[in-house]
Amino acid sequence: METKHLIYDGTFDGFLSTVFYVFEQRLTSVKIQNKFTAQQGLFSENVTIITEEEKANRVWKGVKLKLSAQGSYQLYYAFLSEISGVEDLLLDYMRYAFGQQHKVDNDYSHPSILKIAQIAKSVGREKHRMEAFVRFRLTKDQIYFGSIEPDFNVLPLIEKHFKRRYADQKWVIYDIKRGYGLFYDLEKVDLMHMDFPEHFDFTKTDDAFFAMQEFEFQKLWQDYFKATNIESRKNMKLHIRHVPKRYWKYLSEKQPN
Amino acid sequence: MSFQRTQEKLKILADAAKYDVSCSSSGSQRANTNKGLGDATGMGICHSYTEDGRCVSLLKILLTNHCIFDCAYCVTRKSNDVKRAAFKVQEVVDLTINFYRRNYIEGLFLSSGIFKSADYTMERLVAVAKKLRTEENFNGYIHLKSIPGASDDLMREAGLYADRLSVNIEIPTKAGLKKLAPDKKREDFIKPMVKVKNEIIQYKAEKKIIKSTPKFAPAGQSTQMIIGASGENDFQIMQTSNHFYKSYNLKRVYYSGYVPISYDNRLPQIGSAVPMLRENRLYQTDWLMRFYGFDVSEILNEQHQHLDLDVDPKLSWALRNLHEFPVDVNTADQRMLARIPGLGMKSVFKIINARRFRRLNWEHLKKIGVALNRAQYFMVCESNQFEKRDLTPEKIKGLILQNSTSKYQKMLSNQLSLFG
Ligand code: SF4
Repeated sequence: METKHLIYDGTFDGFLSTVFYVFEQRLTSVKIQNKFTAQQGLFSENVTIITEEEKANRVWKGVKLKLSAQGSYQLYYAFLSEISGVEDLLLDYMRYAFGQQHKVDNDYSHPSILKIAQIAKSVGREKHRMEAFVRFRLTKDQIYFGSIEPDFNVLPLIEKHFKRRYADQKWVIYDIKRGYGLFYDLEKVDLMHMDFPEHFDFTKTDDAFFAMQEFEFQKLWQDYFKATNIESRKNMKLHIRHVPKRYWKYLSEKQPN
Repeated sequence: MSFQRTQEKLKILADAAKYDVSCSSSGSQRANTNKGLGDATGMGICHSYTEDGRCVSLLKILLTNHCIFDCAYCVTRKSNDVKRAAFKVQEVVDLTINFYRRNYIEGLFLSSGIFKSADYTMERLVAVAKKLRTEENFNGYIHLKSIPGASDDLMREAGLYADRLSVNIEIPTKAGLKKLAPDKKREDFIKPMVKVKNEIIQYKAEKKIIKSTPKFAPAGQSTQMIIGASGENDFQIMQTSNHFYKSYNLKRVYYSGYVPISYDNRLPQIGSAVPMLRENRLYQTDWLMRFYGFDVSEILNEQHQHLDLDVDPKLSWALRNLHEFPVDVNTADQRMLARIPGLGMKSVFKIINARRFRRLNWEHLKKIGVALNRAQYFMVCESNQFEKRDLTPEKIKGLILQNSTSKYQKMLSNQLSLFG
């Protein structure tokens, strides 16, 4: 049978709507693609899926019935990995789960379940890293601004942590790679897009944008970081394993003075 | 806050505080309920790592490095020729809040040299914590050092604002303490520890009756011992440690390899190596005691006063007790499973889970992630392939070391992970 290409809008609801469509139409051979990265198959049939919250919710409810809490968040985590082909893996996982009497999310002998669990684990690790590595800088208009470039799309996962912790300050965490951010206005967190000047260097603290005291605290933090190190125990290999170099760019303590 | 003066003080007082190795910021459960700043409910985050590979989660500083005492092993000692500085209470508060708001840290770890008197010093430490909690609405983590000799009243107040309190006993034996810190008494360390322990018990009891009873040092107490400064052996260290865990309900004992900082001839000289591997072996022993069901006397006793450096303490115990092996993984209880060298507690639980469904063979064990290179000599499973030669302890040790050279070398080059 011919493979159908299903194109969705890149959101989790969109993906779940696609799954709904697959089950409704009893399709067996499909390829699910995000509209931003979709490749036109020359000889295949393309269907554009419309995101419908109600259908998405129905699928998600089914998932929650069929999987443990851990299993369903693994699905969501894996989705956020944005790894190419992950949608098809997820669909495979869900088909299997829906067809079984018992909960299957510990059945690692099933290849898709094992793969999803592994992907979810990497996404989880990235989430923790971002909770640790976001560095806020105070802007002139008194907003704490942090920029990140995570390997995976973890902003939705870290929102709760930052909201609980920084309840009394306005903050923005901006994902430069994906071009969107979270903005907390002391009440709620909203998604936001920002237009930055061309060639804006996120790693520099420019006094056109940032408060004067920001420079002082960054300096103090760098001094602290240096002073708390014990030279005779130096172990750069261990250091880099904990803080891989690709994250250094945005760490205040790792900036050249 | 004048930037330059604060900067100078921070350099001095962070440098002097860095030898305290505890950096834990977990176990507090202090939630952000007042829409204030911070939250200490989670696991505690390492926001960065120093170049020596240690977790940076707290702003770890001394309030001052002026001190009236002259403990030989300490950089802050009176007779040492170093620059002295003292923070104002408000300066520490400002630094903590501003670092916290930028997501640099989980909170504050404040210690101090003793200036004027124990109470005078403790009062100021408490003042910092109180300000953070009551004026700044701060819910992040606060670890205060209990100053030896501080009064009960101050210790009680400290516990109301701090998540964790600690007194470092530093020197594992009384004789060592007498030699290196003649003007300090063991009793002075113990007194605040006892006070805090009793208060924790009392507050917990009251909490059960009246829900609104405030938290008292919810992350408990800890202490630290310096390793390799006063000639004590591993047996003495772990005996002391065990005593402190049992008698004072400590959450953690930290072991800190002595970093030479002085030409005092009572101590290892500057330039001698920090005993990091030994430190790691002590941590492993500590884990065996706390999580693996070992009694400390099984690992260290009159006959075995030193931990092996070339193999971990569990393997070393097993080699001395080959009559307890091999263990059948399909029938053994948790206690014995936990004693198989190379098997972490995670693997133990996985085995117990998995064997409910089927009898396990080597393939199964590999699949659930058991590292067999050490374990294989000490167990049997659903397979007739197992170690049938009657090997001597030396032979087994040789075989294991031969197959794990890379790991063994890593250990020697400062690898500090436990039972990796
Ligand atoms: S009392 Fe504390 S700070 Fe003072 S010299 Fe002794 S160990 Fe160092």
